[in-house]
Amino acid sequence: MTNTQRIETLEMRGIVKRFPGVLAVDHLDFDVRAGEIHALLGENGAGKSTLMKMLYGLYQPDEGSILINERATRIRSPQDAIQQGIGMVHQHFMLVPSLTVAENTALGMPSRWQLNLRQIARGLSELSERYNLKVNPNLPIWQLSVGEQQRVEILRALYRGAALLILDEPTAVLTPQEVDDLFVILHRMIDDGRSIIFISHKLHEVLSISQRVTVLRSGRRVDTIPTSQATKPLLAEMMVGRPVVFEYQRNAAQQSGERLRMERISALSDRGELGLKEVSLTLYGGEIVGLAGVSGNGQSELAQVIAGLRAIKGGSIWLDGVDMTTHTPRQRHTAGVSYVPEERMVDGAIKEFTVAENYILQDHGHAPYVRAGVLLNHTAIRQACEQAIHKYEIKTPTTDTPIKSLSGGNIQKLILARELAGSPRLLIAAQPTRGVDVGATEYIHRRLLEERAKGTAILLISEDLDEIFALSDRIAVMYEGRIVGVMPRESVTVRQIGQMMAGATADAV
Amino acid sequence: MIDQILTASVFAAALRLATPYMFASIGEMFGQRSGVLNLGVDGIMLMGAFFAHYVALSTGSAVLGVGAALVVGAVMGLAMAFISVTLKAEQGISGIGVYLFGLGMSELLFQRLVGTPRSVEGFTDIYIPGLSDIQFLGIGEIFFRHNILVYVAFLLVPISAYVISRTPFGLMIRAVGQNPQAADAMGISVARVRYMTVILGSMLAGLAGASLSVALLKVFQQNLTSGLGFIAVALVYFGRWRPVGILIGALLFSFVNALQLQVSAIGLDIPAEFAVMAPYVITIIALVFASRQTEKPDALTKPFERGE
Repeated sequence: MTNTQRIETLEMRGIVKRFPGVLAVDHLDFDVRAGEIHALLGENGAGKSTLMKMLYGLYQPDEGSILINERATRIRSPQDAIQQGIGMVHQHFMLVPSLTVAENTALGMPSRWQLNLRQIARGLSELSERYNLKVNPNLPIWQLSVGEQQRVEILRALYRGAALLILDEPTAVLTPQEVDDLFVILHRMIDDGRSIIFISHKLHEVLSISQRVTVLRSGRRVDTIPTSQATKPLLAEMMVGRPVVFEYQRNAAQQSGERLRMERISALSDRGELGLKEVSLTLYGGEIVGLAGVSGNGQSELAQVIAGLRAIKGGSIWLDGVDMTTHTPRQRHTAGVSYVPEERMVDGAIKEFTVAENYILQDHGHAPYVRAGVLLNHTAIRQACEQAIHKYEIKTPTTDTPIKSLSGGNIQKLILARELAGSPRLLIAAQPTRGVDVGATEYIHRRLLEERAKGTAILLISEDLDEIFALSDRIAVMYEGRIVGVMPRESVTVRQIGQMMAGATADAV
Repeated sequence: MIDQILTASVFAAALRLATPYMFASIGEMFGQRSGVLNLGVDGIMLMGAFFAHYVALSTGSAVLGVGAALVVGAVMGLAMAFISVTLKAEQGISGIGVYLFGLGMSELLFQRLVGTPRSVEGFTDIYIPGLSDIQFLGIGEIFFRHNILVYVAFLLVPISAYVISRTPFGLMIRAVGQNPQAADAMGISVARVRYMTVILGSMLAGLAGASLSVALLKVFQQNLTSGLGFIAVALVYFGRWRPVGILIGALLFSFVNALQLQVSAIGLDIPAEFAVMAPYVITIIALVFASRQTEKPDALTKPFERGE
């Protein structure tokens, strides 16, 4: 390690952080040693990110202390953290898209009058060879893939002399192969005497990469144990507070006739490029088709096209043998198309509206929610909403609570309740459990399987291969706007799907 | 007739008239590149113009006048930065507030302290030895017989382009304007950078005002700028947040200004009002075509909040 002081030990003692109305981190102890990968595991909102943001100087703890090499240290800002040898790779990358890799690395470095980008580029190249992190230092960030951007983040932290690297959910944006590559790099880094804090909620990753694991729940530390003593069910129970089911009971598929048929669909993406290139796919009643792919390969566009929210350049869409290519979103909904959108707070719910108002967003125009033709029937709305809350186990104080104050899992359950209310013929579920806690995920998975048993055709779009494999009857993979293969789940492995997500065709794997 | 209009003195006037646009627009560009839209430019120019004129009038020194304009600009910039960065107020509205303050305050001070429009000696033209005598195409007259502020304004183009693209300070400005979260995570103080750019930009706005009242017109009167500062804001968009683009835009508008003066001077039968409207109409048309596909800072007008 050049220009870096080693961090032999780092300890956080009795850390407390309060936000208005919440105790985000509650008297928490945490420590990490040189040459160790320490996993920090917990559900969304358990306090992992808050704790790490305090270590990186983005937040100040209300109580407690941080000790580096047994010396009490105050970290007032990211600048302080970087000086102490702490680097962080954030979940949402902290890169400026219009600047080059080298310029992004120069950001915030002790300033001289002249930028020496050439020297930085040379340093980055040396590091990238040593750790096998291939990146061209002179390219602007916007030209890089997500995986490359992550490498830039890691390289930058190393260049700035990070002895301790915090990785916040680093695998969320990677294909399985890229995850393997990342793990090799991380091992090389700890062999050099650096230490790594690995934040995740994926149990199998934690089990395969870390030496110790600390589990957080509601801002408290449940325990810290050596990973060798950990098992998947044990960690899950520590995380959630009760035993968790991983294998769902699924009945054999009761496939019925053709439900949705798409023929050679092409459409533009938001960036104005051809985001969907002649996509054809058929779904049958009573099956779940999992659509896998790294985000940004056309999955979102496909979902929007089926729901009628994105104009197409060519091709046709049929539901139950009826051509609905030119139908409006409302006509499609009436015909039985339901859509759980990817961005639930943007496309799925209106933040400022109450739970009940969000529940009737689709059906606000007709009985039983309307009286005398024009007036909303609040009694009927509340009753229907209360039933849904009960049936879907949604945790909310009242039906009049603004939806934004609910947790992600409960908002998602409400959207699901709304979309399933009319007994749809086809359900498009885009990233239905992203950012949702384990308990709610389990519940949503069960509901999807129940819908399948009722004969609904379900298109499950997910970046989580565990989810795809747990639920799907068939798996389709998207890459660069095309479906590169559709296979029965039994006949493929995670590894094969991963290769197809990176561009390999079905024949090649 | 065309040779009556397009004389060397018209081109020379165009260069002179470009000075206030360039100071104000390049200053505004620094603020905008860091994410702060300062709509108060015109008001700051008025304050700068008044103080430069008043100090020059009372001391007889145009240089002291320029110094006063820079100080007043810095103070107004500090106020603008405090409102929009620290208090996180809506930038469009706070800018209009700063404008109205400058408009009213400069007029009030003028009436209390000066009263009637009075001329100052101001900056005289500097003839660059050798170059100013070039007769060919009127080059000497067009480029090398100007007051010091004209030369400074044109030097500002390469200097500011270099600062933005080649220095750590410029890098910080761009980062803060494009992705303040990322800048923050890399240990850059978003607030400090924005304070610096807004204050720098406002000092240049003050200088733009001074260039009117002690160099170009050498008088001060109520609403001397008559909206020139707003054109300067538009020029930043027109120039796509680049000094060279701003230079082109400033020259385009100052050329139309100079033509308008010339057209009325030689007594052509075009209503003067059309000539006065022309730059503004051209601004709008130019902006419709220019504002697409630009390097517009993503965080423009967005206050920075940590930890979202």
